[in-house]
Amino acid sequence: MLQILFDALSLGSLYALGALGIALIFGVMRLVNFAHGDVIAFCVFALLWPSTDAMAIVFAGQLPWYLLVPFVLLCGAGLSVLCEIIVFRRFRQANPATMMIASFALGFVIRYFLLMLFSSRPKSISLLPELSQPVEILGARLPLLQLITIVTTMVILIGLTLFLRQTRFGLEMRAAAENFSMARMLGVRANRVIMGAFALSGALAAAIALIFGIQTGTLDIQMGASIMLMAFIATVIGGLGSLGGAVLAGFLLGAASVIMQVMLPIDARPFRDAFVYGAVILVLLFRPQGLIAARGTKERV
Amino acid sequence: MGAAASLANSTVPSAAVAERKPARFALARRTVLTPVLLSLLLLAIALITVMTGSRPFNQTVIDVFVRVILVVGLYIFIGNSGVLSFGHIGFTCLGAYAAAWLTINPMMKRGSLPGLPEWLLETRLPYWQSAVLAALFAALAALVFGRVLMRLSGIAASIATFAMLAMINTVYSNWESVTGATSSVVGIPIVRVIWPYLIGAVVAIFIAWAHAISRSGLALRAARDEPTAAAASGVDIPKERLVAFVVSGAVMGLGGALMAHSIGVVTPDTFYLGLTFITLSMLVIGGMGSLSGGVVGVVLLSALIQALRWLEAGVSLGESTFALPKGVQEIALGVIMIVILALRPSGLMGRRELTLTLGSRNK
Repeated sequence: MLQILFDALSLGSLYALGALGIALIFGVMRLVNFAHGDVIAFCVFALLWPSTDAMAIVFAGQLPWYLLVPFVLLCGAGLSVLCEIIVFRRFRQANPATMMIASFALGFVIRYFLLMLFSSRPKSISLLPELSQPVEILGARLPLLQLITIVTTMVILIGLTLFLRQTRFGLEMRAAAENFSMARMLGVRANRVIMGAFALSGALAAAIALIFGIQTGTLDIQMGASIMLMAFIATVIGGLGSLGGAVLAGFLLGAASVIMQVMLPIDARPFRDAFVYGAVILVLLFRPQGLIAARGTKERV
Repeated sequence: MGAAASLANSTVPSAAVAERKPARFALARRTVLTPVLLSLLLLAIALITVMTGSRPFNQTVIDVFVRVILVVGLYIFIGNSGVLSFGHIGFTCLGAYAAAWLTINPMMKRGSLPGLPEWLLETRLPYWQSAVLAALFAALAALVFGRVLMRLSGIAASIATFAMLAMINTVYSNWESVTGATSSVVGIPIVRVIWPYLIGAVVAIFIAWAHAISRSGLALRAARDEPTAAAASGVDIPKERLVAFVVSGAVMGLGGALMAHSIGVVTPDTFYLGLTFITLSMLVIGGMGSLSGGVVGVVLLSALIQALRWLEAGVSLGESTFALPKGVQEIALGVIMIVILALRPSGLMGRRELTLTLGSRNK
């Protein structure tokens, strides 16, 4: 039982962090960022030295953890801000479909850039192996990493909430998410807020990259994509633009996946994802605006 | 923006019942040039290909025609309704597998796909019959899904269609006895002649045109531009969207069947995110709101991809061979797409259609 709970929470954490990264950017500039998954992949590969061999040459990954974590977070934030400056700045006035395709094209560029440097073969590395050891809590054996994942996510969520509620920058960001043009008129600097959102979202991507890399031990260029899709769905179910909703929906999706894995009859288990997606459609039918509808995203007549 | 709305309205009043038909014919005559020109463009490409007689080039052009069918299918729904759909490649998947079920040699089918019903195991149809049936099968699936999904709009609808694609992919990747799961289904008769694909593409273009000038298509475009006004004028938006969804589902199914016959092998992952994004990109770059945009987008992007591939393989310039490093092809493609979109956010064609008098609006 406890095992299931922890499985659900740790999977949900990953989805929630991903959804948060997408929701942050959507909030300030109505962009559904398909490049997010590739930012995740980039952060993982930042640990390696470029080579096309099957053996991974660990480069930054050898740093002690107190240097490693900030390094990866900086990578993510840096790449994300760079994307904003080079690409997304030119699309502020464009319609959502155009922005979406542009972000997809950008993700494509990042992915093939990695492919050129690292080849498409998955690489195995053992990152911080001491985290994979199991610990015993209340009679259940849980990998230490799962605990750390959950605790880290909680810390990030609380930190982000405090940041958004207590600091001036957070206030500006929330104002921009609610009504961008009004916020600008009242003196919020658009570029700063948008770059801040991209930096935060990039750092979140890096956090996912770290957790996922340690969990699976293999690095794959495609790895960002699967998380990104679920995160993307979570963002919409949660109510686009609503950060709380994104987190909630991320955890719900994680829980739904794990519970269905356990509850479905053996024959139906391979089709688990189909059931999860079916549930997504159902939720959308009953609450098309999302579980927690963000203010200001309603279509006005 | 309101032009489509006023046009749709003008056909609605009951006093105009007697005049409706002539009005429709006038509309048809005014707009028929676009599909004709587009078909001529494709015919020209086909003729040039046949004249060069090069086999790899032949295959490339067949791929282009298949993509034209798919992108035109996307246009029928996305262009007219304004709702971005990520799910249409799901119908392509259904169509391709339907074609596989109907055309593979019964002996082989019994071995590789034993879970099929007995009558289907016995059946073996020529490819063009199977393509029509595949299109109908996809349209039926679109009807079922559409009944549910078309109640949504905006980004919720996009995500729901995406969930539909993922559902179809999950089912087809795991239903071992009927779809062969993730392993490829082989033995689909390969058609190497260019003409069936050309006919398919032309049929798709004319279906799109006929739908766009039909009462339903006009109403749908009115609803895209002015949802509130259209609903107030009696347009049943979910119903009109459903019509477009089913028509486009059929075209996507046709494209899937022809795609299966062009490569001879189907796997579920052929019809997943990669194909979804490349076809969507072609539509958006060409111009989401325009049939010509879709076709032009396919032809231009395909030409670009092919040119980059040649450069990657190496081109001899005088003494030295010039070749791009591996991977540059995709990166260049991505960069060019971003540049085009940055310069022309509404696509190359915008909402214009190809006519002899350039610059006429899509009305």
